[in-house]
Amino acid sequence: MNIFEELAELSRAAAIHGLEAETAALLARRWQPWLDESRSSTLGNFIGLARGTDPEPRPSVAAVAHMDAIGFMVTHVETGGFLRLSAVGGVNRRPLLGQEVEVLGRRRLVGVIGAKPPHLSTPEERKKLVPIEDLSVDLGLPEAAVRETVRPGDGVLYRQDVVALRNGRVAGRYLDDTAGLAVIGVALEELRREPHSADFYAVGTVGEESGRLSGGATAAFELRPSLAVVVEVTFGTSPGGDDPTNSFALGSGPAIGIGANCHPRLVNLFKSAADELGLATTLEVMPGGSGTDAWSMQTARGGVPTAILSVPLRYMHTPVETTSLDDIRSAGQLLAAVARKVDWTLVEALSCYDSTK
Amino acid sequence: MLRLDEVKTGSTGAGVDFDLLAALSNACGLAGDEDEVRQVLRQALASDACEIYTDTIGNLIVRKGNGPVRVMLCAHMDEVGLMVAGYDDNGFLRFKESGGIDPRVLPGRAVRVGRAGVPGVIGLPAGHWLDPADRDKVVPPKELLIDIGARSRDEAVAVAPPGTPVYFATRFERLSDKIVKGKALDDRVGCLVVARALLEADFRDLTLLAVFSVQEEVGFRGAQVAAFHLAPGLALAVDGTSSSDVPGVEPPDTSTHLGEGPAISLLDGSIVMHAKLREHLVALAERHGVPHQYRRLTTAGTDSGGIFLQRTGIPSCTMAVPCRYIHGPSSLANTDDIVAAVRLVGLLLESVDKGEFPV
Repeated sequence: MNIFEELAELSRAAAIHGLEAETAALLARRWQPWLDESRSSTLGNFIGLARGTDPEPRPSVAAVAHMDAIGFMVTHVETGGFLRLSAVGGVNRRPLLGQEVEVLGRRRLVGVIGAKPPHLSTPEERKKLVPIEDLSVDLGLPEAAVRETVRPGDGVLYRQDVVALRNGRVAGRYLDDTAGLAVIGVALEELRREPHSADFYAVGTVGEESGRLSGGATAAFELRPSLAVVVEVTFGTSPGGDDPTNSFALGSGPAIGIGANCHPRLVNLFKSAADELGLATTLEVMPGGSGTDAWSMQTARGGVPTAILSVPLRYMHTPVETTSLDDIRSAGQLLAAVARKVDWTLVEALSCYDSTK
Repeated sequence: MLRLDEVKTGSTGAGVDFDLLAALSNACGLAGDEDEVRQVLRQALASDACEIYTDTIGNLIVRKGNGPVRVMLCAHMDEVGLMVAGYDDNGFLRFKESGGIDPRVLPGRAVRVGRAGVPGVIGLPAGHWLDPADRDKVVPPKELLIDIGARSRDEAVAVAPPGTPVYFATRFERLSDKIVKGKALDDRVGCLVVARALLEADFRDLTLLAVFSVQEEVGFRGAQVAAFHLAPGLALAVDGTSSSDVPGVEPPDTSTHLGEGPAISLLDGSIVMHAKLREHLVALAERHGVPHQYRRLTTAGTDSGGIFLQRTGIPSCTMAVPCRYIHGPSSLANTDDIVAAVRLVGLLLESVDKGEFPV
């Protein structure tokens, strides 16, 4: 799989919660050669299945990455045809002014985010970020044309192609979590090479960025997987502002989550599988809430054992999220290796918390 | 990288040469590094010029005609941007700003580094861990870094040595019939207006001197040099100026409005416009029904401020095409204003040729 191309296509299709259908359709098409079946769930999750070879009932692994991205929704069309916005998901306000956006009206429109210019602002105002409610999107269209094409509720997205930087690094919009989807794609391709015993569900969820609206919970309920691996992005090291306990160098391999949201036996399984493959990994310490789909999946039905595998990503929630193709590739290989190890013995052991192992 | 085979003139839907404007906007030209813009203009104008040359500071001067009356039209080639000025140990680039940039537009931008256009991004840490008190704060440019994917200081220095220019990675586009979007519309719109005026000019008594100036954004330096050695009888600077006709701003603070014609300056921070020349321009526009407006902002500087004090003084005035989000990564302009500006420049030249304005 050409990971750059996969990211570029998924990034083009990405959208805010509620508008994930294009990504789901794209996954159905791109992953079709490696899947036995695929469908969409009631809330819009994408669910693909690569069937295992064990006799039924087979154990199953759900690999989960979210399809939705942060962005905005149009709340109002102003006099002059300017749009007012509300954030959808955890938008970082720092990169907004001057940013080009795509407006998903009756057709895709291009706009620029503007505000009162600096020379009309007080020195105090210039030191502060403009509140989202004071920003407007300029479409360069007459007001009547805007009103014909755009309505409140339409999605607004960062406009930024995925570009290749040096050393296998890539930058662009919405690599959170198209990087996670690409990891699952790599694993699917890897699994297709030879038969695997457990079922492997490749899942794209809706609504992760909107917190409690997460589609992860419904996916866990619906699929009742023996275990779930949430594939996410985590904070890549970059100068300034890093939390030293929560940043991971690009190229250091996938980060394996450890903490309340991560089943200890799965943590060990990921570590030993990485050692067998000779892949570099790091550990991401997450004592409580992981801020991922794994949080709601862990308590679905009578409980689902969960693991979190994350790709380091710089500048999260900005239009220029930056990650490493190598990390995506090795995370995919690791995910496939773990999926191959899943059998009933392992699944039964996941319910066994006595200290003898 | 600019491809010169893309540069041609002639696609003039709605009266505007979109191909030339696209080539001008996409070309890169920081103050002191205007070569790409110079090449675009040279290519577009060479066949129509009597003489085309550059001077010691880098201005491109295009002469047409050989009459006794010397008229200078001036538009600047340079744009605001960044310049590589340092590195950290992990291969990130530090930069300084070239020209005035609102620091609020820098974080999260895609950029092109150097003439080769190496892709990079101006990163900023994820907001998740920010102290709530810091979430409202604008990040000072000196704290921002450019990420080109380099892994060491040595690699970064090799790819982008000190002084390497950095440009916004914006591509020129038409957002609608009349609205264009691109970087550096200040002052590539002016370059287009002057280029079109020159191509359309055919006057008996004029020596038309089109100056595509350098270093306007750092203090209109090129125009001073050109005006001295060309010694024109009058000069018109054609610039791109800010339009603040956006929500939250009421007239007259809007300064100029897109679509209401070129904005004629009364004064700015560098010059009080030559009154007779300014009044003559307005009278021509009124007589011929050319849309126009006054620029209702009286600060900032333009090339006129560098021209009018040369030698014994040169009657000078600035006229500008309104642009929204000027000095940012993506600015907008209305092609009606460009068409009207070309027309008004043509009318001025014609009237001077006929002796209606004493030079």
